[in-house]
Amino acid sequence: MKAQVVTISSGKGGVGKTTATANLAVALAAAGSKVVCIDGDIGLRNLDVVMGLENRIVYDIVDVIEGRCRLKQAMIRDKRLPELYLIPAAQTRDKQSVSASDMVRVVHDLRKEADWILIDSPAGIERGFKNAVAPADRVIVVTNPEVSAVRDADRVIGILEAEEKGTPSLIINRLNPSLVRQNDMLSAEDVLDLLAVKLIGIVPEDENVIVGTNRGNPVALEPKSKAGQAFRNIARRLQGEEVPFLDLEAGNGFWSRWLGRK
Amino acid sequence: MFNFFKRHKSAESAKERLQLVLIHDRINLSPAELEALKDDLIETISRHVVIDPQAVRIAMEHEGRSQRLVADIPIQGVGRRKRGKAK
Repeated sequence: MKAQVVTISSGKGGVGKTTATANLAVALAAAGSKVVCIDGDIGLRNLDVVMGLENRIVYDIVDVIEGRCRLKQAMIRDKRLPELYLIPAAQTRDKQSVSASDMVRVVHDLRKEADWILIDSPAGIERGFKNAVAPADRVIVVTNPEVSAVRDADRVIGILEAEEKGTPSLIINRLNPSLVRQNDMLSAEDVLDLLAVKLIGIVPEDENVIVGTNRGNPVALEPKSKAGQAFRNIARRLQGEEVPFLDLEAGNGFWSRWLGRK
Repeated sequence: MFNFFKRHKSAESAKERLQLVLIHDRINLSPAELEALKDDLIETISRHVVIDPQAVRIAMEHEGRSQRLVADIPIQGVGRRKRGKAK
């Protein structure tokens, strides 16, 4: 196996990086891939609770880096999907305990163990972000259709381009179709116009995400959840499949036709 | 009624405001610094040809993610400005 390494980033906090990481991991694993996700937010770990694995943690990524355990010992197996693993962040350490070359080394060793490695980046553009991006083959930037999130996404995209990480692809998360119809929320088209990057998915605002997070069950496993469907579609696009952007994703038929033409 | 109308256009003001902010973020120049650039440009060009400083337009354009500084500088008259005092 030779894994593809995808880092999920955003600049601004609270836009749904961790939710996106958990859901893409679950969707890829449910489709039969072997997936390892890494929480890159040292000191503020959350991917474990979002995935419902917080009670299984013994070792974390800093233990691996500092040689206190083997890589496989820090890989927590998911309770639902046998081919899904989490390497948690350390909670009582800070970002200074990891360097970019540590991340590159750990991910290098992991590549032969999986089909996909997803790295959840911390917010911000400092060391933690740089560490999370260092080993990536590609980066996904998550944003929300609102001014501060779009502005920060633009900064992150600029930094990634300047560091020759290539142009990332974009997830527009928490889009509210009825607010867009009322012209009180930036549409997916507006956001793409502003950021000028390739879209990989639009995730509608969905109460199921909150309910799922409360329980530690990512919505990508909920057949009826719209956000879950959107995340499953993104996972298929990641695997190279052409999946049309559904109306339910954008909440607006014009948009999907427009995009289909592109 | 007026308020209702205004509220309806909040997505539009978000987009317009972002367009401006992103231009300045990307080139790392504040509106004031861009104004200073314009003044320098006018001064430099005025040393060679006669222009009307009021008519100069400086704009940032973008194509995809690349930015372009576009200056529209109408030149006045035909003749060249007299070259220096010596001769």
